[in-house]
Amino acid sequence: MPLKEIERFSISHLQVLDEKGNLDRDLEPDLSKEQLLRVYRTMLLAREADQRMLKLQRQGRLGTFAPCTGQEAAVCGPTLAMSPRDWFVGSFRELGGRLMRGESVAQALLFYNGYEEGNSLPASARTLPIAIPVGSQIPHAVGIGYAVKYRGEKDTAVVVFFGDGATSEGDFHEALNFASVWQAPVVFICQNNHWAISVPRSKQSQSRTLAQKAVAYDMPGMQVDGNDVLAMYRATREGLDRAYAGKGPTFIEAVTYRLMMHTTADDPNKYRAEGEVKAWWERDPIARFRRYLEKKGLWSETLQAALDEEIRTQVEAAVKELEGRTGFKPDAPFDHVFGTRHQGIEEERGEFLASLEGRKGAGHG
Amino acid sequence: MAKLNMVQALNLALDQEMKRDDRVLILGEDVGVDGGVFRVTDGLHEKYGGDRVIDTPLAEAAIIGSAIGMALAGLRPVAEIQFSGFSYLISAQLECHASRYRSRSQGVWTVPLVVRMPYGGGVRALEHHSESREATFAHFPGVKVVIPSSPRNARALLVAAIRDPDPVIFMEPIRSYRAFREEVPDEEEVMEIGKAQVVQEGKDLTVIAWGAMMRPTLQAATEVQEARGAGVEVIDLLTISPLDIGTIVGSVARTGRCVVVQEAPRSFGVAAEIIALINDRTLLALEAPVRRVTNYDVVTPYFGRELLYLPDAQRIREAVEGTLAY
Repeated sequence: MPLKEIERFSISHLQVLDEKGNLDRDLEPDLSKEQLLRVYRTMLLAREADQRMLKLQRQGRLGTFAPCTGQEAAVCGPTLAMSPRDWFVGSFRELGGRLMRGESVAQALLFYNGYEEGNSLPASARTLPIAIPVGSQIPHAVGIGYAVKYRGEKDTAVVVFFGDGATSEGDFHEALNFASVWQAPVVFICQNNHWAISVPRSKQSQSRTLAQKAVAYDMPGMQVDGNDVLAMYRATREGLDRAYAGKGPTFIEAVTYRLMMHTTADDPNKYRAEGEVKAWWERDPIARFRRYLEKKGLWSETLQAALDEEIRTQVEAAVKELEGRTGFKPDAPFDHVFGTRHQGIEEERGEFLASLEGRKGAGHG
Repeated sequence: MAKLNMVQALNLALDQEMKRDDRVLILGEDVGVDGGVFRVTDGLHEKYGGDRVIDTPLAEAAIIGSAIGMALAGLRPVAEIQFSGFSYLISAQLECHASRYRSRSQGVWTVPLVVRMPYGGGVRALEHHSESREATFAHFPGVKVVIPSSPRNARALLVAAIRDPDPVIFMEPIRSYRAFREEVPDEEEVMEIGKAQVVQEGKDLTVIAWGAMMRPTLQAATEVQEARGAGVEVIDLLTISPLDIGTIVGSVARTGRCVVVQEAPRSFGVAAEIIALINDRTLLALEAPVRRVTNYDVVTPYFGRELLYLPDAQRIREAVEGTLAY
């Protein structure tokens, strides 16, 4: 018997606005001025907060953090497509998205200054806290998707973010498989920023695209220009609409770049060439989107100057708020071990509080 | 009231909780059509459908990972890990997430999740099907560990676990699944998690055990009482974490002598924790050193030799008599 081809697969790449500012009008999403300016403002705010946090960290005024500079479009585009009913499940490099979901800069600063109080919006915001172990949050998104489907919630889905490194984790593959088997309403967004700390994309996987990982799980997989906020919006919109229509999960590979270090604890000069970074600065998602807004007549030098000032003031106020904040309850960790009270925990709390007596300032923030 | 074995009693608990609360659902490998490899979920798939009794793909970490998501979204998942020997794959999800969401979010997000798993030896099973690793899970703050010992307490504790606001590892002693029957009331019965039970009172010595070790412990206690007329108090721990400090310390303070029986290997186990607790709280009441009857610090032997290694009534009796005579 001759071999017979039984399946054939292909992967598409989506770009709406190219690096030179050329727009594909057929693919341009129908967004209002208010939506366009909202996402632009958030991208700028995330960038400014990032750069300010980097300085604070270097001055010893903030803990280790993972900068998001360069990846604003890959997160803010999808978040713009989400409704408040949708669930946002992130990892640790989605500041812009979290800001759009209602987090304040001061709250983000609080998290990076070592307080759990900075890691949660109210439950009604349907935005899970930062999850640090790579890829481990992906199955949670699938379980939430199952719950949404189980309860028959209309027009509700889950968007989960992770990086290129996560695609090597077992949790990633298990989660995609479960989502596919369950036809769960989940949009998987892989921010392929080319680096997992010091390990390049080429050493992470021999797959020519990460989008093709979706093929094995029989879900639509698409590669998208992750520095094109319009393309990211459009791809996510399609994924969400599929999910709302009961058509199951979608996988998006957002091709972007981590312009800064992995976290403030590493030095990228040790493992990657300056030329590569420079080339990606040329594809800066914010500059590209600004040119688009200008061409549409929605933006100008004057407006930019005013917004820059407004954002600087906003971030500065957040820093002041953080540094003025005191009175952190030292024994809060004892409040949140269990939802029920237990003698052993309460006795340890007493012992802990007694140990603080006469130790001025210790643990009192 | 019916006489049920532990498997039937667990099934009753699941059935009644599913009937009572449509947020409760079951997921795991072979839990649906097949009713679970030990038949604990027998009939539930037929009764509640495949959306509530979910035959998942074969991936332990994602069973727990997705169950965490379900719990975050307001459901009450009861996940089954087919054998505790395969539970190490879920450790990351338990340690990194199930145990931490409450603290990480200062109480905004919680994970009311039950992870059922059969554990323990004595049933001539293949490798990885006979271990007793409760201490591993008990070392994760934010996770509760419950081990029933009889049909009646298994049912009442599983109901409590399903209603509990926190992740509960519910370890079921395989050896006790069908070993005996007990009257189990039809009407609702709930036991409190975090409470041990004095199943037999005595003034001369306290024996503390849990799970499948309860039966040889009770047998040894009876033998010692009959042979020497000594009053042996027997505590069934029921909850491994958080420990019931009051019941343990109260009893040992009264009797002054104590033996702890643990199916797991000796070192770094729950018995050691109990002895440390006794030392901290009531050392001066002791008339004799507290002894442990345990498995040995060896890799779990295949079943050809396993009965030589598991604590049995004879070893427990020798430890009790030695402690009484000290």
